[in-house]
Amino acid sequence: MARMQRRDFLSLGALAAGGFITSRVAFGAPGGQQKRLVVVIMRGALDGLAVVPPYADPDYAQLRRELALRAPGAPGGALPLNGFFGLHPALAFMQQCYGARELIVLHAVATSYRERSHFDGQDVLESGSVRPHASQSGWLNRALAQLPARGSGELGVALGQNVPLVMRGPAGVGSWTPSKMPAPEEDTLARITDLYAHDPLLSVRLADALQADAIAAADAAAMPDAMTAAASAATDPKPARAYGMRYAEITRAAAGFLRQEDGPKVAVFDTTGWDTHANEGGAEGQLGGRLAALDAGLATLRQELGTAWAHTAVLLVTEFGRTAAVNGTRGTDHGTGAAAFLLGGAVAGGRVVADWPGLAARALYQQRDLAPTLDLRCVFKGILEEHLGVPARALEESVFPESAAARPLRGLVRS
Amino acid sequence: MLDPSAPAIAANRFGLGARPGDLASIGADGRDWLRAQLKGPPPQLAGAQLRPSAQILAEGLKIRRESAEAKRSAGGAAPSPAVEKLGQYLRPIYTGEVIARVQEATSTERPFVERLTQFWSNHFAVSIDKQFIAGLAGAFEREAIRPHVLGRFTDMLLAAESHPAMLFYLDNHLSVGPHSAAAVRGERRSAPRRLGINENLAREIMELHTLGVGGGYTQADVTSFAEVLTGWSIGLDRGRFAGGATGEFVFRDELHEPGSKLVLNTRYADTGLGQGEAVLRDLARQQATAHFIATKLVRHFVADEPPGGAVARVAGAFTASEGDLPTVYRALIEAQDAWVRPLSKFKTPADYIVSAYRGLSLPVEAGKGPLVPFELLGQRTWSPGSPAGWPDRSADWDGASALMQRIEWADAVGARLGSRRDAAQLAPQLLGANLSEATHSAVTRAASAGQALTLLLAAPEFMRR
Repeated sequence: MARMQRRDFLSLGALAAGGFITSRVAFGAPGGQQKRLVVVIMRGALDGLAVVPPYADPDYAQLRRELALRAPGAPGGALPLNGFFGLHPALAFMQQCYGARELIVLHAVATSYRERSHFDGQDVLESGSVRPHASQSGWLNRALAQLPARGSGELGVALGQNVPLVMRGPAGVGSWTPSKMPAPEEDTLARITDLYAHDPLLSVRLADALQADAIAAADAAAMPDAMTAAASAATDPKPARAYGMRYAEITRAAAGFLRQEDGPKVAVFDTTGWDTHANEGGAEGQLGGRLAALDAGLATLRQELGTAWAHTAVLLVTEFGRTAAVNGTRGTDHGTGAAAFLLGGAVAGGRVVADWPGLAARALYQQRDLAPTLDLRCVFKGILEEHLGVPARALEESVFPESAAARPLRGLVRS
Repeated sequence: MLDPSAPAIAANRFGLGARPGDLASIGADGRDWLRAQLKGPPPQLAGAQLRPSAQILAEGLKIRRESAEAKRSAGGAAPSPAVEKLGQYLRPIYTGEVIARVQEATSTERPFVERLTQFWSNHFAVSIDKQFIAGLAGAFEREAIRPHVLGRFTDMLLAAESHPAMLFYLDNHLSVGPHSAAAVRGERRSAPRRLGINENLAREIMELHTLGVGGGYTQADVTSFAEVLTGWSIGLDRGRFAGGATGEFVFRDELHEPGSKLVLNTRYADTGLGQGEAVLRDLARQQATAHFIATKLVRHFVADEPPGGAVARVAGAFTASEGDLPTVYRALIEAQDAWVRPLSKFKTPADYIVSAYRGLSLPVEAGKGPLVPFELLGQRTWSPGSPAGWPDRSADWDGASALMQRIEWADAVGARLGSRRDAAQLAPQLLGANLSEATHSAVTRAASAGQALTLLLAAPEFMRR
């Protein structure tokens, strides 16, 4: 009920005070307008060799020792992909997508960053620059800024209280998390809107928040379960359950936004817990538990998107990979070449895209990491161009500066 | 000439937020008030619920082992009882530690020192998303950070890197030199499990605690430093790595990689534990470290994009005093850029909550109550999620949803207190010369006492410091 009040406040018009427009302008709906993109940032450097084990590579088992996954069919073995690569057994939904030709697995990928700091690595991954801290905006935001303006409504939304770098920049984007607190009275919100009228930052943020709430309110029916569950988990530090709960809550909210015809086209959210230096686990264990939670979250996303799934691509990326060999504490340290995933009804899937460099000692990057053979910017460019219709020239000039050598990888999505 | 906003800046930017009456007692020059706080020993937390980390760890390890044994004897069918039992043990410890910390922050007469404590605790961040850390993060702050916050950087560095919470968080307690006695013994076994190094702690010390990324170290330095740190471990009473006082720092010679090592072009002879201490002392003396620490301090106290002049002066004080922290803080107080308006720092959720507690004299109750706002507003205590700690720029905290949740919380606080606080009277006491005409007018014209409090907490000048 509280939420409906806030929507009413919107329709009454914060127009004069906040300067944002509440009426929805209908837009023509050629195919491109239906397209939806979800970007999932996997912070902490996901171990690509554990998630997409190259079990048939002659050097794999020796490097991975007790962490090595066995071939499909063996007890606790990988799920089959193409006879060379498998999928971690916790990823049942993703494998189902692969079978339905809705998942592309990308392997031996990397940004242009070649050091091993998480924080600089994430900065390069998200900013789309060739070096850390070269840009205050993210590639996804700059891409949105290239799309045709429409009457109202942000084109992008971050599921989280704050906006990650990949979504920061010139294009207005919303951020949203299901609130566990009741909404203030309309009158109080109107007075705060007035109070912020001369504050350039807070006035925009408040307007965005009210707008995101209005969209979510239209989707209120699905939310109470997730909200109750999240509130009861609020003081519970148990990691595995917390991850599962959070993914279910976030993917449900993301779907709520994306399935609206005039809602955001792009959603982004973070996942954490991938920095597996010790006791990483094999088929079961720390990493497996987190992958299972993520896999369930993606299944929720598909279910909640309903028919919009057919127009959706979900991109999962991490800042870099991990060492090819297991370290001294049954985990892996920071590496280079990583795995990435693209799934959804819009994806031309059922294949592994990898120019596999092999795991022989001489093939490893600096004698320790999977060598990268595909620049992630090629993937990003291909998706932005063919899925969202971002003009090729803008991709070169403003979205990914200094990226001429990284040609767009086309054909990742169904036309 | 003194800026009339100096007391409010001292209380809100350098401190943790003004309480009623604070601005009057600070006096016209907030600098003197800040400098006075640096005198005397740093405040320590006390209370029956605050136990030494070694005790917490020893008991936790015992619970984990017993639960694991119970699970094995039950055939491993139960859903992870070890994790559950350990969680039941750790949760009240975490709650007690957070409450003690919030009580100190809301009641201290030396809020500048408390802010500095929080700064360093975040600089040497551990995070409770690793389960055991829920029980250790508070003890880590009490044992490794608080005693040194008015001392020398080197001493804090040594205390933090050798604390069991840090060794556990960054996996060093199990890191083994490939040529150590333990590894050689292991290889002779019939079914050897390979033992080796884990470079996590070594990398994060260089990247996050001392030199900073781009501070001139290479992958070879990281690997070599990781070998230096092998043997920095935690005492256990049984198992393959038994030895030392349970739950306390122990140097295990049998895990230590023998031989001299080259780190940052300096060769360190193998003196066992002394080898790691020598590298840490040298890291603390590097120019890159002075610059990195100064940049973070100036970002925290002055602006998201730290002015170069202020960074250079603070770094100079760090180097000249060999990391004497009060000298460094005095240079920070002297930075002109810290005393200008408009307010440049958007409060983190924790800053926001603590300043509201202080400003409205909210009681810190027992139970889980005081933890809730930190969780709702997105900054659960000691859970930055990565060893980099919480970020310190506006863009990291000023999302639309984050702002709305603050407003919702402010609304709930206003509704709860109602006429028990007078917002119009409080506003000038909390914000001083920073109180804007718009906020003054909104608060005095509010429809109810509760709404007036909400508007005060939601005001742009209360959102910033």
